[in-house]
Amino acid sequence: MKIVILGCGRVGALLATMLDREGHTVSVIDQSNAAFQRLPGEFQGNEFVGNGVDEEVLLRAGIKEADAFIAVTNGDNRNIMASQMAREIFKVKKVVCRIYDPMREETYRELGLETFCPTVIGAQSLFDAVTDKK
Amino acid sequence: MYIIVGGGGDIGYYVTRSLFDRGHEVLLIERDAVRYQSLKEELGQSVVRGDACEARTMDEVGASRADVVIAVTGEDEDNMVICQVAKKRYKVGRTIARLNNPKHEEIFQKAGIDIVVSPTKTILSLIEAELPSSRFVPLMTLKSAGLEIVEVRVPAESMAVGKSLSAINLPRNCNLALIIRDKQFVPPTADTILLPNDDVFALVNREGEEELRRAFGTLE
Repeated sequence: MKIVILGCGRVGALLATMLDREGHTVSVIDQSNAAFQRLPGEFQGNEFVGNGVDEEVLLRAGIKEADAFIAVTNGDNRNIMASQMAREIFKVKKVVCRIYDPMREETYRELGLETFCPTVIGAQSLFDAVTDKK
Repeated sequence: MYIIVGGGGDIGYYVTRSLFDRGHEVLLIERDAVRYQSLKEELGQSVVRGDACEARTMDEVGASRADVVIAVTGEDEDNMVICQVAKKRYKVGRTIARLNNPKHEEIFQKAGIDIVVSPTKTILSLIEAELPSSRFVPLMTLKSAGLEIVEVRVPAESMAVGKSLSAINLPRNCNLALIIRDKQFVPPTADTILLPNDDVFALVNREGEEELRRAFGTLE
């Protein structure tokens, strides 16, 4: 699969590494060049410096041919906007958007975006750990 | 009307101020603490500190009661989310967003925002209109009807000069609204003869724009 990942933070870099090891074609976009240092030396994918809500940057990263787009920058709104661009303008089939704010996550899930909320998932696993549920 | 304005920069401040002066109930939301303090000195109770993207803030200001939500922050992604959340979660009837980067116009249109205002594009077209070389200037777009209001300066060498309007091949969906000649208003009729440097204001749809430019000889 061809996969574009927006945001090369801890999650973005780890995800990119995992997908790359599995043999997928991975493009990673981040605003800062320094972020790519999180990727291991053997990383085969492509790195693009730029703003994730800029169509030209997305095009350079190969959004048109991408099978999947994953938005994991630190900004909820940036992820939301980039994901909608991937879905509505570039017609990417699989778009996953990380949203920290549970309210916004709920709203955009209802609007049809595939969302992922680390806040809810994290709180739930901590809750389960404390209350001894599994 | 109850109007919520998100983003207390210069635009947010003046929008709030002028809507308030027209008798509306207006609430301005500003995220930054320092900016909030200075806005508060001017606007008093009409400004709230918070994030217009967050439920906590929007619940506090009673967003579901709002008739209009206007998002005018400097960040397009924030303006888009403010409007989409207002519409989806708080069922606000009318959402208006400021578009900072003209490149984002397409996604703003697709995002279901009711009205998109682009200061960047507006300033650009105002400047274009003032450049001496401009012969064809789009003044305003009426998006819902797919129409544009354009200003055409008739070039001296144009084929249209010396002809009556009825003799010019105008596109079918084109309406000439007025002609300005030597700073005087000339109501356009079928018998009006065009002179060099007449400023013609026309209402035209997108398909007719090129035809209109050809008719007046302003197609480059």
